[in-house]
Amino acid sequence: MADVIMPQMGESIAEGTVTKWLKNVGDRVERDEPLFEISTDKVDAEIPSPAAGVLREIRVAPGATVAVNSVVAVIAPEADAAMSAPTPATAAPSAPPPPAPPEPSRTPPPTPATPPPAVPAPPFVAAPSATRLLAPPPVEYEIEGEPPPALPAPATPPAPAAEPPAATPLPAGTPRAEMTAEELRLTRSSPLVRRIAAEHQVDLRSISGTGIGGRVTKQDILGHIEHHSAAETATPPAAPAPAAAPVAPPRSPAPPPPPAAGTSAPAPGIPAGARVERTPMSAIRRKTAEHMVLSWHTSAHVSTVFEIDMTRVDQLREKHRATFEGRGVHLTYTPFILKAVVDALKEFPILNASVDGDHVVHHKDVNLGLAVALDWGLIVPVVHHADEKNVLGLARAVNDLADRARAKKLKVEEVQGGTFTVTNPGVFGSLFGTPIINQPQVAILDVGTIEKRPVVRDDAIAIRTMCYFALTFDHRLVDGADADRFMARVKQSLQEFDEAAL
Amino acid sequence: MQEGLVSERRAGRIPDQLLLLEHDPVFTLGRNARPDNVLLPADALRERGFEVFESGRGGDVTYHGPGQVVGYPILDLSPDRCDVHRYVRDLEEVMIRACADYGIEAGRVAGLTGTWVGPDKIGAIGVRIARWVTSHGFAFNVSTDLSAFDLIVPCGIRGRGVTSLERLLGRPLLLDEVMDRLASRFAEVLEREVASEERREGD
Repeated sequence: MADVIMPQMGESIAEGTVTKWLKNVGDRVERDEPLFEISTDKVDAEIPSPAAGVLREIRVAPGATVAVNSVVAVIAPEADAAMSAPTPATAAPSAPPPPAPPEPSRTPPPTPATPPPAVPAPPFVAAPSATRLLAPPPVEYEIEGEPPPALPAPATPPAPAAEPPAATPLPAGTPRAEMTAEELRLTRSSPLVRRIAAEHQVDLRSISGTGIGGRVTKQDILGHIEHHSAAETATPPAAPAPAAAPVAPPRSPAPPPPPAAGTSAPAPGIPAGARVERTPMSAIRRKTAEHMVLSWHTSAHVSTVFEIDMTRVDQLREKHRATFEGRGVHLTYTPFILKAVVDALKEFPILNASVDGDHVVHHKDVNLGLAVALDWGLIVPVVHHADEKNVLGLARAVNDLADRARAKKLKVEEVQGGTFTVTNPGVFGSLFGTPIINQPQVAILDVGTIEKRPVVRDDAIAIRTMCYFALTFDHRLVDGADADRFMARVKQSLQEFDEAAL
Repeated sequence: MQEGLVSERRAGRIPDQLLLLEHDPVFTLGRNARPDNVLLPADALRERGFEVFESGRGGDVTYHGPGQVVGYPILDLSPDRCDVHRYVRDLEEVMIRACADYGIEAGRVAGLTGTWVGPDKIGAIGVRIARWVTSHGFAFNVSTDLSAFDLIVPCGIRGRGVTSLERLLGRPLLLDEVMDRLASRFAEVLEREVASEERREGD
């Protein structure tokens, strides 16, 4: 039996008046189907049914006012009591808003009609969770206590409001007993200093300390970092947001080892005596490297490529270019592409979701990340609520974010919270690539170079402006059919672009 | 039309909307309407050029007509604004601020929803909510023919009058301009941004 209760429509509201029953006793009702209407002050609200079944009893007649949470009706499951699972009272005493992520704790609806299908075992070995993957071997860091804060696991569900989960320090490193007295002295700096060292992956032993007993003080380490990071980007390495890590262009993930300076220890695989130069990675490079490998091991990457005729978009660009310039907006292909992507994501929202263990996190907002290549690395600023913008709005947002990315004036929240990413290595001439997914998203779209090519139209050769679009998607969540339907929609949107969307 | 927009909004296919429009003369009865708050029979009203219409919103009876801005916000109040009292107060606030823009001090009256200037009502509210998506909304008197209100007991409240911006300021006003003011105050109070605008003729 499911109790239907008077919902609370606001913090200070203690009662409600039933105005109308939309179903009669004996009627079948589906979960979430409108069941009755209530009124409070000047607001009339339609209340959906908390459960599926048959309306067994109406306890409050229209016109009557009852306290919030009192039972106004009862719903019985259709089948025998023996078959149905015990039904809870309505999950939430507050009014039934649709919560954004599906809550794992919500008990299933009482109707036994279709038992939940057995989840088939995945055909591949599930990737290890990120925290395990990133736990470094303690010996490497030799800093007593906390190793550097890990990138947060993609398993942590990103809240719809895009709040970054706190970085969790992993369990302790080298046990004290194994360190020499000297090492102990040098590494026993204040927790703040150790944390700064960890964040910047600095070995405290390499810094001469000016503190008591030769300890490394905060000034020592900050001075050391500044000295070594003059050329590095200002991106704060501790920013733990999953979407902050930039996406590399679609190249092989294993570049040849960079020439190294000085030290005698060569990179692995390089014969001793080879002329090498070792330099420490910049923070942005390091984060990119970590993210790429992590992503590769987390998602089941599959790519699909579509060829799209951009001739119509070309025409619209030409037609509206002057108007847009007049409004201070440079009109490129990008906003057209983003608009098509947004529309397709609304229609196929599975590509806008995330994976959390064995749950799917559906994001109500479409926040598009756009990979921007800067001189010093890659960054992915995010156009939040891209689904609420027309082409003009998107063009403005993109231009603004790109300008500020180059000027290093992006705010932290502007590189967080993305739900889908678009990357455009086509500007460098690539036909198409196989990009790596930007965790914890489940897809990334690669836009290749846009150029005129001979194609067949109506059995004749025509010259059209063509472009290859490659979508990499996470096969844990997205099947080929979903991905291809999504891409077909993007293709259709672009080839038949609706001028009204400008 | 609103019902279609509400389901589109609930499905997430469209973003929050604010529709601002002007109606032909019509009396609408909300769910709580008492028939004796309409002082003439429906036929008589129709003879005088008024339509009578039953609406799915809350509230009693009110008049809409030329010179009045009717606002229909189709908003998804979840996740952080799921409080109908708060929403109603927010709508009042929108109209209060819009009045302030014209130098008029408007306020609330405890127990009587709406926006008041002294004893007279300048803005009315009647909202419908389904799964936290709003429809219907508010009506703001700019240069409304206030005599129409004599034919009803507005919102079921006896003993109080109605007023309009034009009456208070003693000068005519452009409806478009007031709509812009309302839209911008709306964005402010409901903490949203105007992403795009569309003007349409007719219905």
